[in-house]
Amino acid sequence: MSELTGRLAVFKTYKLYVGGKFPRSESGRVYEVTDSKGTWLANAPLASRKDARDAVVAARKAFGGWSGATAYNRGQILYRVAEMLEGRRDQFVAEVAAAEGLSKAKAAAQVDAAIDRWVWYAGWSDKVAQIAGAANPVAGPYFNLSSPEPTGVVAVLAPQDSSFLGLVSVIAPAIVTGNTAVVVAAEDAPLPALSLAEVLATSDLPGGVVNLLSGRTAELAAPLAAHQDVNAIDLAGADADLAKDLEIAAADNLKRVLRPTPPNWSADPGTGRLLTFLETKTVWHPKGT
Amino acid sequence: MTFDYAPAPESRAVVDIAPSYGLFLDGEFVPASDGKVFKTVSPSTEEVLSEVAQASAEDVDRAVKAARKAFEKWSALPGAERAKYLFRIARIIQERSRELAVLESLDNGKPIRESRDADLPLVAAHFFYYAGWADKLDHAGYGANPRPLGVAGQVIPWNFPLLMLAWKIAPALATGNTVVLKPAETTPLSALFFADICRQAGLPKGVVNILTGDGSTGAALVGHPDIDKVAFTGSTEVGKAIARTVAGTDKKVTLELGGKAANIVFDDAPLDQAVEGIVNGIFFNQGQVCCAGSRLLVQESVAEELLDALKRRMRTLRVGDPLDKNTDIGAINSAEQLARITALAEAGEAEGAERWSPSCELPDSGYWFAPTLFTGVTQAHRIAREEIFGPVLSVLTFRTPAEAVEKANNTPYGLSAGIWTEKGSRMLWTADRLRAGVIWSNTFNKFDPASPFGGYKESGYGREGGRHGLEAYLNV
Repeated sequence: MSELTGRLAVFKTYKLYVGGKFPRSESGRVYEVTDSKGTWLANAPLASRKDARDAVVAARKAFGGWSGATAYNRGQILYRVAEMLEGRRDQFVAEVAAAEGLSKAKAAAQVDAAIDRWVWYAGWSDKVAQIAGAANPVAGPYFNLSSPEPTGVVAVLAPQDSSFLGLVSVIAPAIVTGNTAVVVAAEDAPLPALSLAEVLATSDLPGGVVNLLSGRTAELAAPLAAHQDVNAIDLAGADADLAKDLEIAAADNLKRVLRPTPPNWSADPGTGRLLTFLETKTVWHPKGT
Repeated sequence: MTFDYAPAPESRAVVDIAPSYGLFLDGEFVPASDGKVFKTVSPSTEEVLSEVAQASAEDVDRAVKAARKAFEKWSALPGAERAKYLFRIARIIQERSRELAVLESLDNGKPIRESRDADLPLVAAHFFYYAGWADKLDHAGYGANPRPLGVAGQVIPWNFPLLMLAWKIAPALATGNTVVLKPAETTPLSALFFADICRQAGLPKGVVNILTGDGSTGAALVGHPDIDKVAFTGSTEVGKAIARTVAGTDKKVTLELGGKAANIVFDDAPLDQAVEGIVNGIFFNQGQVCCAGSRLLVQESVAEELLDALKRRMRTLRVGDPLDKNTDIGAINSAEQLARITALAEAGEAEGAERWSPSCELPDSGYWFAPTLFTGVTQAHRIAREEIFGPVLSVLTFRTPAEAVEKANNTPYGLSAGIWTEKGSRMLWTADRLRAGVIWSNTFNKFDPASPFGGYKESGYGREGGRHGLEAYLNV
């Protein structure tokens, strides 16, 4: 317990992040989050199925504006996230160290890599169409152009093993292209994610583009995988059995499914995740006078 | 005084259909393991064309094993050698294109004008296009030395039998995969003729295996544990079942499924061209096209004028013998499909839409449905929501561009859409907002091997055609 002399620290109530606001779970539930040694860190919201559905509504509402924003604008906003994180670096180092049982140096490496990852993805916003699109030489007098477009609302199960770098590595590629996301934070280590929400909220990211939920991954993933207004799901944070069940549920409206793969969040992410949540639209138009 | 068309039938003599066919398995035609067969009929006459083998689960297993065995050498071939096989196939298809066009019209019921001028040229072009990729995969944008997946299980529909085969087999072989392909139950013949083309091209045995059969054959193929890739074109319902089947596996999947495309006509559109595009959009291949422009959205101010012109044009459509060179609309592919179209059209009437068809005589035998349009359709009507897959057009109106986009996107499908306007900025504004994979503006139903094709939402995922089509068969 803290000493009676000296200043008593102000604890933060960790909350969900939905539609640009910070609600508690509508269920009123919380769960205890501890550090790797079992010491109490916070009571995190134990989000409900209803919270998940509310988050989908918020994400859908944000999709038109975000996908319709210019790529330059989206890139600047992702870069702004990196700027805001840089200023709160110490806070995230402490949270990641506590969440993952890392030394301060190792946690700092994770946070630095996460910040750099935002920068990396920020730069992709106005380039992805140039590597994923095509001007197609059809055999006739037609203009024919293929362009990538965002898939829509993406449910993201953040990795369980990397509470911050892994989290950023799945959010940034989904949203930089114009998707909106409902993200389920690492079940046992949700605090870096819930704090990231505070950064996103102050980075000019429109409300609803990223929605963050803490709670039981399996409980929240089931309604998201079955939701008819979710277009895609990233299963990074699901184990093999859960991933299979979710993939079956996702088939009901043919969600695009990214299956879990053995993670190495420190490696160069490549373009795989970036290109997964895109649709190719091909427009034809006759040429003539 | 009236002018009538004299019959102008294409000769059937150019194609020699055997009384029975086996499965094309590991380079040879063999009977089904349990000896089962089924008949394939000409939908325009109900004449039995041939008897083909019904592949069993055991046959699927043998075919997958043959493809697996062939994969080792095929994938190790230099790309330039694989390319030459595909170029050979493209050339042989060109050489035999009249024969194949007649065969396709016989087995499918589509007009010879279409099989000869659309299907077959696109089939050859598709092989020619992907042939050229086989030795250039390092430059395709998927990193250095992208690898094939292995054995591809491919299930294709009956509406464009040989073209869908080409869309599946050409990119699969170019990238170094081997395939087991199941053609549709009602249109097995052109795939079996393709097997003969593989023989003529000297393609190594086991690289292409053709298994005829019904849905149970397809299910056995898709569920086989030793395939690495599933490619399916067909109904959204079956596509969803496939997505469930492959859940939890490493199989890569591409699905090209149903559609309910909006064809939007703005008040400044060139109406005569739009009428041609609408007719092509919904009556091409008897409307049995997943990307058919089955919902006409016309701006209220020009609706009357457009519909008058459209009806005038529809009165000139010639329905009848698929082998007649003057035929515009051939036979519906099967009794089952005809029943579905009939039932949905009846639902349209029952729900209060107004039905109209030009007067036209339909042949006595075979499966036929007159070109039909419905006006007074609301978005709640089944004929505005469900894929009819027949020559039935549902007409709705709109007042503002925003309303047109809203209505166009009001469907779980997202395969294609059409836009008719003379104003470039409006066309691009609309195209940006339509949630569909292929947008035809001031044209419709155009296809090209270089142009990616595939849907948003419940129209499936993955693309066929173009550089994008390679991804479906590469380990990237």
